[in-house]
Amino acid sequence: MIEVEGISKTYGKVLALDDIHFNTKKGELFGLIGPDGAGKTSLFRILTSLLLPDKGRASVAGFDVVKDYKKIRSIIGYMPGRFSLYPDLSVEENLQFFAKVFKTSIEENYHLIKDIYQMLEPFKKRPAGKLSGGMKQKLALSCALIHKPEVLFLDEPTTGVDAVSRKEFWEMLAKLKEQGISILVSTPYMDEAAMCERIALIQNGRIMDINTPFGITQAFPDELFSVSSDNIIHLVKDLREYQELKTAYTFGSNIHITFKNLPDITTLQTYLEKSGHSNIKIIPENAGIEDCFMNLMQNQA
Amino acid sequence: MRTILYILQKEFIQIFRDKFMPRIIFGMPIMQLIVLSFAATFEIKNTDIIFVDDSHSIESAHLISKFEGSAWYTVKATVRNYNEAADMLRKNQAHQILIIPRDFSEDIARGNKASLQIVTDAVDGSAAALRNGYAQAIISGYQKDIIVQKTGLDHFKQPIETSTLFWFNPELNYQTFMVPGILVLLISMMGMFLAGMNIVKEKEIGTIEQINVSPIKKSQFIIGKLLPFWLIAMFELAFGLVLAKLIFNIPMLGSVGLLFLVAGVYMVLILAIGLIISTVSDTQQQAMFIAWFFMVIFILLSGLFTPVESMPEWAQRINYLNPIAWFIKIIRLLMLKGAGFAEIKQIFFILLVYGSLMMTIAVKRYKKRV
Repeated sequence: MIEVEGISKTYGKVLALDDIHFNTKKGELFGLIGPDGAGKTSLFRILTSLLLPDKGRASVAGFDVVKDYKKIRSIIGYMPGRFSLYPDLSVEENLQFFAKVFKTSIEENYHLIKDIYQMLEPFKKRPAGKLSGGMKQKLALSCALIHKPEVLFLDEPTTGVDAVSRKEFWEMLAKLKEQGISILVSTPYMDEAAMCERIALIQNGRIMDINTPFGITQAFPDELFSVSSDNIIHLVKDLREYQELKTAYTFGSNIHITFKNLPDITTLQTYLEKSGHSNIKIIPENAGIEDCFMNLMQNQA
Repeated sequence: MRTILYILQKEFIQIFRDKFMPRIIFGMPIMQLIVLSFAATFEIKNTDIIFVDDSHSIESAHLISKFEGSAWYTVKATVRNYNEAADMLRKNQAHQILIIPRDFSEDIARGNKASLQIVTDAVDGSAAALRNGYAQAIISGYQKDIIVQKTGLDHFKQPIETSTLFWFNPELNYQTFMVPGILVLLISMMGMFLAGMNIVKEKEIGTIEQINVSPIKKSQFIIGKLLPFWLIAMFELAFGLVLAKLIFNIPMLGSVGLLFLVAGVYMVLILAIGLIISTVSDTQQQAMFIAWFFMVIFILLSGLFTPVESMPEWAQRINYLNPIAWFIKIIRLLMLKGAGFAEIKQIFFILLVYGSLMMTIAVKRYKKRV
């Protein structure tokens, strides 16, 4: 559905996108996972025909993003990272306006937004600027969907939204996927990657890996352990000083570690006890997306 | 076509939902017409004068009484010492000093040339020039009296008698001259500030992204954005003309239809400038400053407050690019002189060409993608 071949973009001297390649399939929920400043928004702007790439070519539903931009604009729905609806127009007026400029009506595609819009209905006379974060995001999604796009571009839709709304939002995306809409979504939250069918991990304008979330975690090369003790602050410091370890990253209240050579848990346990830690737990852990991301980042550097 | 209508509909909802906008649309013309037209006049109603009377004669007393009799003058003091008077001028206690020298009365009696000195506070140059003119007029009236006295002729005959007529504004009514110009300012501000800022606002709140990824054509968006302000400006002009007639009884000698035709073309030019400003700015604040920069230059050079003819050559040349100057010229011709199309045709075509040119540049500059 989306084909990207060798896209590069520089702003002055800053290389925002460096030789990006990937393809998505029709009806696929594809995620771009990476921290702020990784180049996700630039890529979205190129694919939605708002920004011209310096190098490479890309197409959406077979239409070239540079040459056929007019066609692209009528078959895509775009939800920018920043809330960009008219704050002084009501919920209903915003939706109506976007329906009309795409030469359709709310009634015609109501089935697509029904589940989402029903949650907004009690506030339909309220100015969009006065909605809560989660409601704004639902309205933005409704507006991006109202013309029944073939491809939906969602740039960090869950940033700044509470945990419950985030969960709801991903459930909505899963339903849209069932309706046959291809979705490209970006997020800085690694835990959301698992909700996508396939993901691309992006960092400093480069794609580090593309695979299913399962495939990516399976490819984690080392044995991973999760360590915890009563004194988490000292634990990080002590683990980083321990020569046998390859990596030690904090994950919530635990620390994920990998060994340079064969894992030797007993020696580590003794070392930590000597350093004055109590209630030490060292247990094998399955690698998550974030572990893989950190690992790939380290390899690149 | 339908798309333009939808954009217009949205714009008008937004304009009239904003509490601020209707106040600007209705309040601004009333305030500007009333405040500027009543307050800014070329007359100086009061001048505080000090006399330094070294002559102390019947003649000097007569001259002073002439000033006292004038409605424009208030005699602050009559002192003996010039320094004392100069000090009062410095302390802003008076605007003008008239020095009558010791020999004043004798010189007149002997038929010699008598002299007087007028000192005027010229911090405000144009006020000083006016005050000097007033003093000269009173003194020349007094001069007439002396000649009548000396020659004994009741009707003093001058070799040349001038009679002055002011055509198109016989009483030199300041408001008649000012109000048409203020109408021009009103609609110009409407176009340049509001239209420019309206588009930049979409950039600022990010909604332009949503518009840009939609199938809305560039031309549709621009028309949808500018047309509301074109309509408001036309309404504004009609509203202003009615106020001008009701409050100031300003004549409307020319054709109203012709005035609106010219205004319609003029507004295209002004809106094009507004659009160009919006393409070069990212925030409403930037747009506001750029618009002000041009607005101040345009207004000061326009001939609204000071005659264009008195400006140096280069400034008059800048005025070839000054839309406000062109339109003020036309509106005065139309309203006060009753000019027909033949008389204004040249300026009309200048505005037409200028407007089309600027609109082309503006539309070319506006990009849906970068």
